[in-house]
Amino acid sequence: MIKSILVRKSQGSQYIPDLRAANPIGFRGKPVISEAACTNGCNACLAACPSRAIALDPVRIDMGRCVLCGDCELVCPSEKLSFNNDFKLASTDRDALTISSAHPDIDPIKVSEALHKRFGRSLKLRSVSAGGCNGCEMEINALSNVNFDLGRYGIDMVASPRHADGLVLSGPISRNMADALQIAWDAIPEPKLVIAVGACAISGGIFAECNEVDRAFLDKYKPTLYVPGCPTHPLSFISGILDLLGISD
Amino acid sequence: MKTSKAVLIADLRSSPPKSSYELSHRCAERLYAGDHLITLFGRHEKSNRHWGTIVTAVFQTPSGELNIFRGQAEDGKHYPSLTHNYPVAHIFERELWEQTGLQPDGHPWLKPVRFEGERQQRMTDYPFFKVRGREVHEVGVGPIHAGVIEPGHFRFMCLGEKVYHLEIQLGYQHRGVEALLLRRPPMALASTVESICGDSSVAYAWGYCAAVEALSNLPVSLETDLLRGIALEMERIAMHVATLNGLATDVALLQGGGTYGRLRTAIINATQRVCGNRFGRGWLRPGRARGLSEVLRQDLIQTLTAFARDFTEINELMLASLSVKVRFQGTGIVSTKTAQELGLVGVVARASGVEIDTRVQLPGRVYERFPAELITESSGDCWARMKQRMREADASVQWLLKVLGDTALDLSGSAAPETLGKPLAPETLCVSLIEGTRGPVVQVLETSSQGQLLHYKVQDPSLPNWFGLAMAVRDNDISDFPICNKSFDLSYCGNDL
Repeated sequence: MIKSILVRKSQGSQYIPDLRAANPIGFRGKPVISEAACTNGCNACLAACPSRAIALDPVRIDMGRCVLCGDCELVCPSEKLSFNNDFKLASTDRDALTISSAHPDIDPIKVSEALHKRFGRSLKLRSVSAGGCNGCEMEINALSNVNFDLGRYGIDMVASPRHADGLVLSGPISRNMADALQIAWDAIPEPKLVIAVGACAISGGIFAECNEVDRAFLDKYKPTLYVPGCPTHPLSFISGILDLLGISD
Repeated sequence: MKTSKAVLIADLRSSPPKSSYELSHRCAERLYAGDHLITLFGRHEKSNRHWGTIVTAVFQTPSGELNIFRGQAEDGKHYPSLTHNYPVAHIFERELWEQTGLQPDGHPWLKPVRFEGERQQRMTDYPFFKVRGREVHEVGVGPIHAGVIEPGHFRFMCLGEKVYHLEIQLGYQHRGVEALLLRRPPMALASTVESICGDSSVAYAWGYCAAVEALSNLPVSLETDLLRGIALEMERIAMHVATLNGLATDVALLQGGGTYGRLRTAIINATQRVCGNRFGRGWLRPGRARGLSEVLRQDLIQTLTAFARDFTEINELMLASLSVKVRFQGTGIVSTKTAQELGLVGVVARASGVEIDTRVQLPGRVYERFPAELITESSGDCWARMKQRMREADASVQWLLKVLGDTALDLSGSAAPETLGKPLAPETLCVSLIEGTRGPVVQVLETSSQGQLLHYKVQDPSLPNWFGLAMAVRDNDISDFPICNKSFDLSYCGNDL
């Protein structure tokens, strides 16, 4: 007992006081697309992108597809592309996830009064991985560690869908998980919402073209929040959900 | 072919494949002689207007030497199953049959590994193993589990609280990785490979880079490879600590859960400072690796030194806790003999006293310059697997401090190579092994006569190890399953591909 207290004392307090003001050093987050002109006929970034996130004329990056690998930055001969460590990447609007030099930021999330009233003090979420690589899943787990401690806002991951207000979906939705995902969703009582976490869940990501993926679930149920990343950084999830629910510090 | 490197290149033109019967005989010989079966898999192809299967087997002798054997069979052919005499082959033969249709005669439990292709969503067509008896009951868990974890189905056959047998049915994460890897240019697969098993991105990326570099004769400096070693050992620490976090949480040792959680944060945030991503994505690419500035080198040394102190403190608390001892000691035992018979690999095998570690047997120039220590435990229970992870994470810290402290090395990284466009060697097979957190990540690439990628075989160490978990819980209480499962901490997506 005394030993445990001593360990606790020496380990100190580890939580991040203001999560939205955190500075994840080095994080390759939001793309920055400069005004620099492309070399004539160059499509190096397009060829380097593993998830078809880039379109040309003008150059734009769909954060719903982008896996943040940074390979486009490395091949661009005109230094048009770079990334900064801005983690505020989430959006309630799928179309607003596309970044270009004319639209350099993802639009700030508008607080939903209805969601604030209903879930602003308590939101319980059931995570379902459907073909995920365990990257997003580990970052969702990290939300409840002592650093991020999302539970301080009344937002928790729960075991039973019966106890949940929403579904956190990760992975591109493998065919072999499609039925189980539907069953879990059906077990969540109304009112309920879907949060799509990571490029795979939002667009299929790297696996978008695989025959083994079946995305019909998302045709039926539109996510309330899209959180880009590969995997999603915990801070992207946290800032997105706090903004959506109108939770201030 | 003898090699101290974990990459083996074989020119296929010099040795045409034997018949599947001969190959089966050859494999049995090697297994009888005590060689370790690294992998056995097939590629379905049409040649001379007939469909057939080319089978590849890779063995490792006790001294570490890798050997490749190839066989072929037309569709509809059978061969005598190896599993009956050598259980180590069971999962490979199941996968071979699932992927190519080649039938092993006498296999005791021929069931799909991951329900691919036409078998997708047809899991109910294949019943579970049945234990008969009036008092026997079954418990089904999954595919969705209580925590934030990947899906898989566990079917327990129990008598009261005691587990007689556990059948583990996976495949839910199957998203067609192997087929996808053939759709993009071979030098542009890094991001895809990093997403095969996202918690082992570095191990996969290194194995992939080593393979395509060998196939395209792309030279890489020792410093580049050392940077890859640094990335890998950082990943190994982070993942071992994640498992320890889970183990502490599963027995309600909250101080352990809290501390391991934030210690992992310190390591993966340092990885992010080097390469932009907490899981090491983007650190390794064919021909290069992101370098360390002097500031980053000092940063890593400081991070690891601070980590080591706190890690020791929390490990001591965990090892001294009576509730941890009571739950872990004698629970989920896998004997050395069972581990060897089942061909278990990596940290799980070493915790059962099996002396295998790719970094020691096939050190390559990275681990020849800075040797990795072979660590084993003997008791094979949850306690041994916990201690094994503590010791391996400690050893990784010491290894890193040694490399980072060697001021004679220039780890600032090299510029990207001028060309990556060199064609791959034609009709060549390349086997690459990297010892990730769980064990050896095996990747086998085969090229066509035009130098195109013909087959990309991926094998996570979890594939042979899942059956080890099933054996570990036999005769244990079903309530101890969570700690047994966590002590193995195997990958679902790596298995399901």
